This record gives sequence, structure tokens and C-alpha cells, in this order.
Amino acid sequence: MEKILVGLKRVVDYNVRVRVKSDGSGVETDGVKMSINPFDEIALEEALRIKERGEASEVIVVSIGPEDSQQQLRTGLAMGADRAILIETDGPIDPLSRARVFKSIIDQEKIDLVLMGKQAIDDDNSQTGQMLAAIWGRPQATFASKIVFEGDTARVTREVDTGLETIEIDLPAVITTDLRLNEPRYVKLPDIMKAKKKTLDRTPLADLDIEAAPEIKELVYEAPAERGRGIMVDDVAGLVAALKDKGLA
Amino acid sequence: MARILIIAEHDGIRLNPSTAKTVACAAGIEGAEIHVAIFASIAGEIAAEAAKIEFVARVLTVERPENEHAIGALQAPQIVAIAAAYSHIFGPSTTFGKDLMPQVAALLGVNQISDVMSLEGTHTFKRLIYAGNAVVTVAAPADSVVVATIRTASYRAAGGGNKAPVEIADAAVELPSHTRFVNLQSGKSDRPDLQTAAKVVSGGRALASAENFEIIYKLADKLGAGVGASRAAVDAGYVPNEMQVGQTGKIIAPDLYIAIGISGAIQHLTGIKDAGTIVAINKDGDAPIFEIADIGLVADLFQAVPELTEALG
Ligand SMILES: Cc1cc2nc3c(=O)[nH]c(=O)nc-3n(C[C@H](O)[C@H](O)[C@H](O)COP(=O)(O)OP(=O)(O)OC[C@H]3O[C@@H](n4cnc5c(N)ncnc54)[C@H](O)[C@@H]3O)c2cc1C
Repeated sequence: MEKILVGLKRVVDYNVRVRVKSDGSGVETDGVKMSINPFDEIALEEALRIKERGEASEVIVVSIGPEDSQQQLRTGLAMGADRAILIETDGPIDPLSRARVFKSIIDQEKIDLVLMGKQAIDDDNSQTGQMLAAIWGRPQATFASKIVFEGDTARVTREVDTGLETIEIDLPAVITTDLRLNEPRYVKLPDIMKAKKKTLDRTPLADLDIEAAPEIKELVYEAPAERGRGIMVDDVAGLVAALKDKGLA
Repeated sequence: MARILIIAEHDGIRLNPSTAKTVACAAGIEGAEIHVAIFASIAGEIAAEAAKIEFVARVLTVERPENEHAIGALQAPQIVAIAAAYSHIFGPSTTFGKDLMPQVAALLGVNQISDVMSLEGTHTFKRLIYAGNAVVTVAAPADSVVVATIRTASYRAAGGGNKAPVEIADAAVELPSHTRFVNLQSGKSDRPDLQTAAKVVSGGRALASAENFEIIYKLADKLGAGVGASRAAVDAGYVPNEMQVGQTGKIIAPDLYIAIGISGAIQHLTGIKDAGTIVAINKDGDAPIFEIADIGLVADLFQAVPELTEALG
């Protein structure tokens, strides 16, 4: 396999307790820690391991988003990616348009495998990978927890509601990653220095001539209904009594 | 008038309860005509089950050998082949629907609305984002088809007793051979299914081993409950992946949820927001799980849980 393309989305760090803005126009992102979407980090780790095993020759990371997404791409380069592509846009961009951007990069780069997270932890959409596979007309293996290559095929174990499903897909293909696929490496300081010299190409989204998808409008954001704090019981007898009270035991 | 196509989830033998929940959501659109489509190698009994679901006007079956296992890349083009007659196409937000529905949306040239938790109109929906930290109301364009997955924990299954007609649908399209099913490993269990159980008992990292999980199973069996787990317990190999509850596991809404030795990380809590009563047993009185628990007990689980099982006897 030649090239692996990995999507890295810049998102609010998973440790941040996200708050809705008081005017309902979005969530508070000023001064909030931003990171690589954790599932995408797993996708990159997997790509690097595939390359380190000698099964691929180049790992390219791509991000679609604001100028600041360079930080996440630099982290990806420090982890070991060979080069980075930033498709720059300040506005919101929907999953189908993202999929179309990936497709346009694939057309230029001749990619054998696309790895990306199974969902982004900001919009929790879980769409881009599947959409890319559909418009590319290539196989998908979503929610992967194990990937093994045999020639031009991949055997992928998927985490599904009923257990672990294994499918076989022909390459090129799209694989989206689940949490148990691997544990991403830590970035070391010398790697951060080295990453500064790697190529990071920036292209404005407008230059790609991507067909716009019908817009889904976000009307208003609200905080979810709170579950109040309940009662504390002193011991198991108290717990049993409280359950009986509610008709639950 | 809205014409809604619902893609049935099944295992080749039985209909998954997620289908009747998806129907319940669709029935919220006034005057909607609801059709349920079954893609299977043999659809007969599954179709008969679907025909009984309240609000369903018609059941469509597409039988072909490629539909023996649900593979998104194979089902999506067949759905697209019958999509033209519909204003809305819904599937459940289970791993089945999450794999399949975005492909349908992409082939139809629209974005999907993921995890609908409520309907606000024919084209307006509420959904949770940021691991459940925010609710956003979204509006799909009125002039294109709406493709959505439905958050099954937000709906009670539609009732039975219906006798909808069953018809064969023509979805004869050429299918790719690039994706092949190999096998499915699932931990067979006699316990109630986690996603539909009225009561669920979950264990976390604190259980410390697969053997220790036995005390969780014993309590669950006493209550007739399903069993779940935190991500930490799954990652550590105490229990299989299909037991994970949370943002990236199962979103559930039992009447009773008992969290044992689980700290209450936001990613876990988003999976149990809609539970009726949440009970927490944790030895740390400051654990965040107590902020949302209806009944809390600060105790060592290795003492409290066997004692509780005994007391319920
Ligand atoms: C992208 C992403 C997605 C995630 N998705 C999920 C998800 O879907 N589901 C999920 O659960 N997590 C998810 N997580 C992980 C989540 O952030 C937490 O790490 C995880 O839920 C912690 O599991 P835990 O509560 O079992 O373990 P811990 O946080 O370690 O908590 C263990 C608890 O046990 C208590 N305890 C210890 N010993 C005892 C004892 N003897 N008796 C009683 N109590 C005891 C401790 O006080 C502590 O509160 C996700 C994380 C990320 C980054």
C-alpha cells in the first residue's frame, strides 16, 4: 500500500465541560483548550503503525477547518505523519461537504486507505467516513477495533451493538476507528522540533470547487435538562427502603 | 403530506426493538404515512412482525442473498432505489443505523440529522451534541429529503396489534462485491438485553477483574436486570465491548440504573441521561456520579453489593 490519508479534526478537548452561550448561538469556545478529536488520534496512530510495519509508505494528515487547525496538524506531524494538508475555512462545514473535500484530495493523491475517527466529539455526527465511502464508491469498515491486511484486502473487526463483527474489504477503502483499536503514542519534544520542518500545505476551501450540500440550519443551542441531585442513604437497608418506595424492588 | 420510510433493523430472524422506537418517533409527524422496509435474504417472519407495529401503513420487503447480513455499502444503494417516493428516511441510531444511514444521505446528496431526540416539526429536530452537554435545534431544508437516525433511548416502542399489508419492493440495482461478511462474535447471554431492559446494573473500573464482575451479575439476576459497564471496565477486559454504556457505547433509558464503582465521567453519563431512577454506589463521596444520582450510597462495593443482593432476596 502506498498512501494513507488520515483526517484530524480540531475539537474542544474531551476534558472540557462545554457550556452553551447565554444567547443560544453556540457553545463557549473562547479560551477553551482545543485538541485532536480523540478518535482521529487513534486513526493516526494506526496509520503510523501500519507504516512502521512496512505495509505503507506515506501517511498524510488532513484537517478541514480554521487556520488554528495547524496546531493539530503539527501535533500529527510530531507523532510521525509525513506531511499535512490544511483545507482552510472559518465557517461551519457540514459532513457531506467534508466528505467531498476528502474525495477531492483522494482524486489528486491516489490514496489506498483513509482512516478517520468514528465520530467527532463536538457534533457527535458520525457521518463523514460513511459519506466518503459512499461517494467514492469504495468499501467502508466503521467502528474498527482491529485491522489486519492480506494483500489488497483488509480484515476489520468492528465494535457493533451485538458484539464484534469481522468483515473483509477490498482496498482502497475507508476505515473509521473505535476507542479500543490502539493507544496513541505520546509526542516527544525532539519530534515536535522535527515536525516544524515537515510540509504543511494550506489551501482555502473556496479553491477546491466543492459542490455545496443543502444546509441544515442550527437554530438554537440550549443547555440540556439537568438531573438534580437526589438523596443519599446511609446503608444498604436505606437503599432497599428507597428502592421499595419507588416500587423498584 | 409526509411519507416516511423506516429502515428495519433485524438479525435475519427477528426484528430489533429499535425499529418500533423509530416508528414511534415518525408517528410524531402528523398525518405521516409510515412504511417499514426490510432488506433480508428471507424477510417473511420479520415482515410479519413489522406489520403488527402500530402506525405502520405498509411493510416493504426486498429479499436477496446479499442482504443476509446488514452491510451498509450493500443496503444503501437499494434504499436509494426506492427513496424517491419519500419525504423522510429514518433509521435507528444504533451501530446498524450509524453505519448505513449516512451512506444513504450521501448518495441522495444531503446531510444526515444524527440522533434525533425530539421532533419540533416536519423538518425541525432536537439533538444532543458535545457528549450531551448541549442540545441543538436544527432545521433541514424543506425542499430536499430528510435522512435521520433516531436516538432510540428517547422513544418508547410503538405498540402492536396492527395488520399492515406486506408488499415486495423493487430495488433491483447492481451491488458491489467489495465488502464481505466474515463472522460475528457475540457473548450470548440469557440476561435481558441491555438496550431494552427495564433495569440495568453496571460495573466500573473498581471491580478490578472479570471474576469480581460476578457480584454485579448476581445482583442483576436478583433484579431481573441487564448488565452494563463503563469504558474503563471494557478496556480492562473485564467484560465484552457490547456492554459499554455511554457516548461511544450504548445510550439507554431503563427505569432503574445502578452504577457501581463508576465515577460518572460525562461520557458515561450521556448514556444514561434518560434513565428513570439512577442509583450510585461508590466509596468516594465526591464522585461526580452523585451529582446526578437519585439515590446515592457511599460504600465499598465489595461489601455493599453482596449485602444488597442478599437483602433483595
Ligand atoms: C472520546 C471518549 C469517549 C468515551 N466514551 C465513554 C463511554 O462511552 N462510556 C464510558 O463509560 N466512558 C467513556 N469514556 C471514558 C470516561 O471518560 C471515563 O474514563 C470512564 O467512564 C471511567 O470509567 P470508571 O468510572 O469505571 O472508572 P474510574 O473513573 O476510574 O472510576 C472508578 C470509580 O470507582 C470508585 N471505587 C473504587 N474502588 C471502589 C470500591 N471498592 N467500592 C466502591 N467504589 C469504588 C472510585 O471512587 C471511582 O469513582 C470516554 C472517553 C473518551 C475520551
